[in-house]
Amino acid sequence: MSAHAESYDPNVNYLNRDWSLKSWLLTLDHKRIAWLYLISVSVFFAIGGFFAMLIRMELLTPQGDLLSPDTYNRVFTQHGVVMIFLFLIPSIPAVLGNFLVPLMVGAVDVAFPRLNLLSWYIYTVAGILVILALITGGVDTGWTFYTPLSSTYANSQVMLVAIAVFVNGFASILTGLNFLVTIHTMRAKNLTWGKLPLFIWAMYATSLINVLGTPVVAITLLMAGAERVLGLGIFDPALGGDPILFQHLFWFYSHPAVYIMILPAFGVISELIAAFSRKKIFGYTFIAASSVGIAILGFIVWAHHMFTTGMSAYAATVFSALTMLIAVPTAVKVINWTATMYQGSVSWETPMLYAVGFLGLFLIGGLTGVMLATLGLDIHVHDTYFVVAHFHYVMVGGAIMGFLGGIHYWWPKMTGRLYNGSISKVSAILVFVGFNLTFFPQFLLGYMGMPRRYHAYPEEFQALNVFSTAGATVLGLGYILPAFYLTYSLFKGEKAPANPWGAMSIEWQTPSPPPLHNFVTPPVITEPYDYEHELIKEQIAELKKHVKPQEVPLG
Amino acid sequence: MIEMLKGYLPEMLDNLPLFPPQASTMAGEVDALTFVWTAISLVSTVIIVAAIIFFMVRYRRRSFDELGGGELHAPMVEVVSMAIPFVICMAMFVWGAKIFIDLERTPKNAVEYLAFGKQWMWKYQHPNGLREINNLTVPVDTPIQLTMTSEDVIHSFFVPAFRVKQDVLPGRYTTIWFEATKTGVFRMFCAEYCGSEHSLMGGKVTVLPKNEYDAWLRQEEPERADPVSSGEQLFTSLSCTTCHTGDSPRGPALHNLFGSEVKLASGESVTADETYIRDSIVNPRSQIKEGYAALMPTFEGQVSEEQLRDIIAYIRTLEGPPVAAPAGSDAEVALAISADGPSAEPKTTVPNSTEPTEAALSYASAAMVGGQ
Ligand SMILES: [Cu+2]
Ligand SMILES: [Cu+2]
Repeated sequence: MSAHAESYDPNVNYLNRDWSLKSWLLTLDHKRIAWLYLISVSVFFAIGGFFAMLIRMELLTPQGDLLSPDTYNRVFTQHGVVMIFLFLIPSIPAVLGNFLVPLMVGAVDVAFPRLNLLSWYIYTVAGILVILALITGGVDTGWTFYTPLSSTYANSQVMLVAIAVFVNGFASILTGLNFLVTIHTMRAKNLTWGKLPLFIWAMYATSLINVLGTPVVAITLLMAGAERVLGLGIFDPALGGDPILFQHLFWFYSHPAVYIMILPAFGVISELIAAFSRKKIFGYTFIAASSVGIAILGFIVWAHHMFTTGMSAYAATVFSALTMLIAVPTAVKVINWTATMYQGSVSWETPMLYAVGFLGLFLIGGLTGVMLATLGLDIHVHDTYFVVAHFHYVMVGGAIMGFLGGIHYWWPKMTGRLYNGSISKVSAILVFVGFNLTFFPQFLLGYMGMPRRYHAYPEEFQALNVFSTAGATVLGLGYILPAFYLTYSLFKGEKAPANPWGAMSIEWQTPSPPPLHNFVTPPVITEPYDYEHELIKEQIAELKKHVKPQEVPLG
Repeated sequence: MIEMLKGYLPEMLDNLPLFPPQASTMAGEVDALTFVWTAISLVSTVIIVAAIIFFMVRYRRRSFDELGGGELHAPMVEVVSMAIPFVICMAMFVWGAKIFIDLERTPKNAVEYLAFGKQWMWKYQHPNGLREINNLTVPVDTPIQLTMTSEDVIHSFFVPAFRVKQDVLPGRYTTIWFEATKTGVFRMFCAEYCGSEHSLMGGKVTVLPKNEYDAWLRQEEPERADPVSSGEQLFTSLSCTTCHTGDSPRGPALHNLFGSEVKLASGESVTADETYIRDSIVNPRSQIKEGYAALMPTFEGQVSEEQLRDIIAYIRTLEGPPVAAPAGSDAEVALAISADGPSAEPKTTVPNSTEPTEAALSYASAAMVGGQ
């Protein structure tokens, strides 16, 4: 590292050293690969969001008059496939994880930079296959691909999408592997496991699930494909197969996939709450250990998605109890984050607004999750809008709030620029309010009995659907705004100092944006979130010199 | 307290907008569980949100360089924050499991109806053989069991007012039960996504007072024989009698079969339930009885799901010692039936043994038209 220090030119960083297209598409720099992912996941978020908009417009009226039933079925399927496989699963790990894992462990890059670039290309191929499927007729099986509907009955591009998900699996596995090896072998001297930031612990746990779980869903979809194309009887009873077997295999991956989406958000939130309270996270050990614990326990609760299939009461009670158990550490985390603010120095910057927004929404998502795990209640609300509302509270209220909060927090590090604080706060509030308006009415709709994936519905459900669509408009606005002010800040934003938030974590010790090899001098390794350390006082004193008094961000 | 709650709620809830009617014996049970969970959720949300807001305001950063200080050491907070959710979750788990078991366990005195799901309609059959499409008529205050199967993909039978739901699977039977406590018409939905017209695959459950239901049954003439005799006719016309007579070495006797333990050639033993009998007809090689050769051909595609139910209904009635095969050959029996009358009522249309598939299909469609 010292070799780089000698040749260090403060005006050259990983972004401006070469702007050619080739230097981007062939880059092995984890920070640039993060950008490749950020651009791709944003494109897919826009596509998935477009489908969401169509859904909400269709559901304004009960008749199902905007789209034909087949089009509507394609729209909601594609919304799910694109959002889950191409946005949510890669979002935090592949964008923020790629950018931050080497920085946070004090390494020059990930363990296998070429594999890292390869996973982006694999992801891109999968994305192109999905887009191809959308153009050539779309897919209408629901993102869950239940058999025998998907394997025998559907007349859409099921194969193409199954292959895309299969291919995409390799991207997840390679990224996961890369992070695991990086965290194990490339930590800076003295950076022991007990000093790792919680974001790293979250990435570690997520990578474990990616490596262990992804092969199962990939092979399951391949089997459904083999049945469809070759007529092998695996899932279709008409061919001697078992349709419930598909659900077991599918959820064996897809329940842990929920944790692939939410654990990274936990990691981000831990960083945000600590940084904007300038305080060590309360229960560091518990949060770190429970991330890994949840990743492992997450593999044995899958059948809670199948309580209405007629499974034995014995199996159902076991899965219900296990699901309740996994909810307990999750509840404790919410309390840990809240308690961290106690006697802290709490600033109300935009990323913090996202973090507390996350706490509120995830709390509701989690509580309705335990309600769903309760057997007698699940029977009534299973496959209704109650479930739709629940998982949007977890995925959108949890994972996307985490992603946006993280992007707003590390943006100055990634770009070297500051964005407009007021507009970004307005947009954070719009997202929070719009989200609740959209999805809270859906809990009521679900309990009233409105089934999910309905294109037309009885009139008594209309009022709440109108509410929901109105809320979605506000939410959409909240999502569109960052695209503008963040892009604007890239060109016109103020230059960001190394540590604009006064946060205690080693990625803030290097300039913004970082040089090619991340650190100019070896970073100082401290206890995690040690806000009593001399270093943070120096950094804040330094920061104070650079800001004009009226701009001092008190929060 | 919960009992009190259950007593009060129905009155209140009937006048509450945005709440589904409570029209079955289980609806109140499920709602009580929901209300307690909702109360717990509300209280926890209020506590956490209040704490967040209080901390944000009380500890808001006052100067640019203010630090938050060291780690909070409060092991009790961790223990308590672990113990409270654990205790609540376990208590709710037990309560929820109890209701689930009540929902699963059909009362002994339940009357059995049949439901067949197919893209995108529901066909029902009353115990006397009467059929309905998309609308199921049942008597009030009577436990009803629906035995259900699908002819194609997975569907799900869902009546919000009864708080019951059960997936309907191809290739096997699932059951659901409910006891309506109110008369009226209630919505029924298909809850499992099943393709193009999924959202239109709904219907109604009409609950009638018992006497009206009886009158209605009498006035709706069943278009076909009762299931057991239809099953008996099929049993003969499909030549089942050739082997399953008790004195044939080719196939086991079926008397007293239903509910018994069957030892299979594979060494396993299974209970001869309805799914076992169905499998043995459409996929006989999967479960060959010990001591028999795998001779039986599949009847997949030759008998409709409704006909399978008729055959099962017939086999369920076989009791006592097996009777010897009738003197006449199967062909004669089949002829005798078709000679029954040229009036070609659906009940006498039996599959022709030379072209069974087509015949079965036309039978099925005739029956469907009859039911409309
Ligand atoms: Cu799950
Ligand atoms: Cu359906």
